[in-house]
Amino acid sequence: MIRFENVGMRYGIGEEVLRDVSFHLEPGSFHFLTGPSGAGKSSLLKLMYFNQRPSRGLLTMFGKDVVQLTHKDLPRLRRRIGVVFQEFRLLDHMSALDNVALPLRIAGATDAQIRDHVAELLTWVGLEERMHARPPTLSGGEKQRVAIARAVIARPSLLLADEPTGNVDPEMGKRLMHLFVELNRLGTTTVIATHDMTIVEAVNAPLMKLDRGELTLAPAPRPGPPVNPLGKT
Amino acid sequence: MKNPLADSHVSFLPRDSAASGILPWVIAVMVFLSGLALVGGLALHRAVGDWSTTLARVITVQIAATDPAEREFQTTAALDLLRRVPGITTVRRLDQQAIEALLEPWLGTGNVSDDLPIPTMIEVTLSGAGSVDVKALQARLTQAAPDARVDDHQQWLGQLYKLARTVQIVALAIIVLVGLTTISIVVFATRAGMAAHRRVIEVVHLVGATDAVIATEFHRTFLRVGLKGSLAGVAGVGLVLVALHLSSLNMADSFLPSLRPTLSEGLALVWLPLIAATLTMLTARITVLRTLAKMV
Repeated sequence: MIRFENVGMRYGIGEEVLRDVSFHLEPGSFHFLTGPSGAGKSSLLKLMYFNQRPSRGLLTMFGKDVVQLTHKDLPRLRRRIGVVFQEFRLLDHMSALDNVALPLRIAGATDAQIRDHVAELLTWVGLEERMHARPPTLSGGEKQRVAIARAVIARPSLLLADEPTGNVDPEMGKRLMHLFVELNRLGTTTVIATHDMTIVEAVNAPLMKLDRGELTLAPAPRPGPPVNPLGKT
Repeated sequence: MKNPLADSHVSFLPRDSAASGILPWVIAVMVFLSGLALVGGLALHRAVGDWSTTLARVITVQIAATDPAEREFQTTAALDLLRRVPGITTVRRLDQQAIEALLEPWLGTGNVSDDLPIPTMIEVTLSGAGSVDVKALQARLTQAAPDARVDDHQQWLGQLYKLARTVQIVALAIIVLVGLTTISIVVFATRAGMAAHRRVIEVVHLVGATDAVIATEFHRTFLRVGLKGSLAGVAGVGLVLVALHLSSLNMADSFLPSLRPTLSEGLALVWLPLIAATLTMLTARITVLRTLAKMV
């Protein structure tokens, strides 16, 4: 699914923000990405959603060498990826419903499919009353849930989330992690960047630790697959 | 290309900001200027056509013998000959009063003395343009009246055509320059719109939109703006034409061309906003596609 081999990345002519990063993510795997602020987590995620290209090394995504990809190859591959941005990146002039529907519309889904799926998902993340609200009127936590709903609505092959539970209360955090674990059980490869070690502990998934651009891998706290933090399947 | 976003009439671009502000007015002014140039060029074309059609059916025979008796003798011979030539419908000798009226602008009223040798003028109307071989007619007239000169106005018409052609080239150049200026302005406006919505474009790109989908959203916005602006511009041209028409109503039988648009000129004005809006739309689309191709 994703293979990094000695990947380095720098912005312009600055210092490398990622150095000799090597790892391999199997399809359907679940990983947490941790590390202090400025360690390179967001840069690593940007490489994975084709927002940046590596300065050196080999990066293959979905079996394709990223450096070889042309501009025209990217939309098709990006439709297989759901991204939860740290700063949400919602479109302010569109309702929560239309923001979440965006990936489906881009993929050519019908209005009926969009209405049913989006409404259901927004209800699940507790926003049934706020479907028609625009992002500027939403709280931080509500925006985050809209951003998560947009990332998962099209059932992506790869889900990348940057601090997805940073603005919600612990109970909603668990509910959102439940969503990610369920999606992962359906086959979505999941990478979640977080500082919240209680979530890491609860879900029990392997860790990718970044520090000053260097990556180390750590196994899950306990043997076995990722666990649903709500305790139900 | 089908735009998936269009199915639900949801645009990811804020409707009022991508190409709002001054752009519709700029397009209106550009269309107004090119509309005036177009109508002016077409009216001149029509006027030259009218003049040449009229003049091509009229020739003038001038008999410039200095001796009055000889002039009169040659005039009678010329009139006799002209009335027998096939293709000539009327032959009219201008009387002394009419000739003096023609000379008035140069000599003033009542300044034509009796001893001034004024040539005889004969106005000949042909059944159609080219119905008479002017060179052959001149040869026959020279035998009957050696001092007769046929003037088919070709020299004057040639100069008129030249002037009209120059004015039409200037009008076309104005339309082309206005078109190029409009394209440049739309390119800048599109780039400004893209810069203003860079964050939106990035998000839409990251959720998998193709460049064509994004370009379609932009070109729809610019099509709307282009139509709005160019319709206003054409309305302005219409108002100017009405004003000119009303102010020229009293100029009966004017030498100036009529400013009332004909059907074909009216149709050209109808096409103008469509062409301008399409040009705006295509320029925006191409600009967006070119700019996006440079992005990651």
